[in-house]
Amino acid sequence: MTIPADLKYTPSHEWVRVEADGTLTIGITHHAQDLLGDMVFIEPPAPGRTLAKGEECAVVESVKAASDVYAPVAGEVVAANADVEASPESVNQDAYSAWLFKIKPANPADVSGLLDAAAYQKVVESEAH
Amino acid sequence: MLRHTPLNALHRELGAKMVDFGGWDMPLHYGSQIGEHHTVRSGCGLFDVSHMLSLDLRGANVRPFLRRLVANNVDKLQVCGKALYSCMLNEAGGVIDDLILYFMDESWFRLVVNAGTADKDLAWMETCNADWGMGLTLTPRRDLAMIAIQGPDATRVLNEALPGVDSLTASLKPFNAAAMGEMFIARTGYTGEDGFEATVLAKSAPFFWKALMEAGGKPIGLGARDTLRLEAGMNLYGQDMDETTSPLESGLAWTVDLKTERDFVGRAALEKSEVTRQLAGLVLLDKGVLRSHQTVLTKHGAGEITSGTFSPTMQQSIALARIPLGIAPGEEVEVEIRDKKLRAKVVKYPFVRNGKVLI
Repeated sequence: MTIPADLKYTPSHEWVRVEADGTLTIGITHHAQDLLGDMVFIEPPAPGRTLAKGEECAVVESVKAASDVYAPVAGEVVAANADVEASPESVNQDAYSAWLFKIKPANPADVSGLLDAAAYQKVVESEAH
Repeated sequence: MLRHTPLNALHRELGAKMVDFGGWDMPLHYGSQIGEHHTVRSGCGLFDVSHMLSLDLRGANVRPFLRRLVANNVDKLQVCGKALYSCMLNEAGGVIDDLILYFMDESWFRLVVNAGTADKDLAWMETCNADWGMGLTLTPRRDLAMIAIQGPDATRVLNEALPGVDSLTASLKPFNAAAMGEMFIARTGYTGEDGFEATVLAKSAPFFWKALMEAGGKPIGLGARDTLRLEAGMNLYGQDMDETTSPLESGLAWTVDLKTERDFVGRAALEKSEVTRQLAGLVLLDKGVLRSHQTVLTKHGAGEITSGTFSPTMQQSIALARIPLGIAPGEEVEVEIRDKKLRAKVVKYPFVRNGKVLI
């Protein structure tokens, strides 16, 4: 259950949900929050910002360490989640409902380049060794 | 190959997330680092600190040896079991390690040194022992384990876990220790709370740990140990001071005895040195997290954060930073975090003691 089948993923541990209107909702995976530990600070990108694929666009910090979040595809930020900014621990409680930001992809077809759950499972397993 | 303490299997049974800590396979946390932090501030936490090394120094010259070896004055120790915190300096006045010395008797002192520096410390002490013709015997006690019992409920937990210890805990003052059978119990710690560090035979450690848990003690990992010690304003070797920094610029002047005529290693260098920096506390006023090595901008020039974290007790970020002299508590400075300059206030530390925020 820690890698939902209906989401897309990146090797850098972001999850991506394709919404009905074509926007993408983005967060960090259960595995990522487990590696980082208790979250204490989250800074999503400002709405309106244009992101290149792979650009550092958000910061998540646990008591232990700071980690960057990367844009899974190119696009424009259309929303940032103020609730996770106010309650970073919500990412520990449920990483897949505590989204960080939403983007409107520059090219909707780019989503097909993301990992599916099985491929992401392999990424997680390869890191365990 | 990572080194294991006698409690390694127990940590794994308890579901700890294990990490490589200076070559030791140690528990980072058992679920929630922040939860464990709060447990120590409000109840009783148990820490496996068996990676630290107890070192027995024996011989007729042990006191003269230590007078010369460490920066604090070992002559403050005249009563059996009394403890002293000190730095051990190199000739340049840099800190080889910080350690606790216990006076056992006139021919026996016990030193407790950091895990990561234990081999270096032992080699240095053996060199001094030979060069100064002291004829001491230095015995690393890897046959011992150490468990820290910390928090406002620590005395009750220890009393319940160890029948007969209550008369000892009732009279044991802070920074004193006493032996009970094979056990050595000190009223010391690294959390800013009341508590004990109990040294036991390695083979007895798992049984003792379980008894402490049955009495209500909760296992605490090294993650919370770091946030607790930072809130308590206690230095961490390798971060807040090392061989290249002076104790006088590390908030440790109180541990360096320059009042007596005693000649100790590093004294001449310290007396010649010009102190231009101080270790100060910082509280972040903007949102973010202070981390070691971030640059601090002050009106007298730049400094650097040596330890930074998010304080679970204060719910904001705090740090120790080495900054220029002349910056006083209450003043604002800036910290460079990624592409931003965030505001921080200079404060006198400790930040938290005995569960209470002091800032």
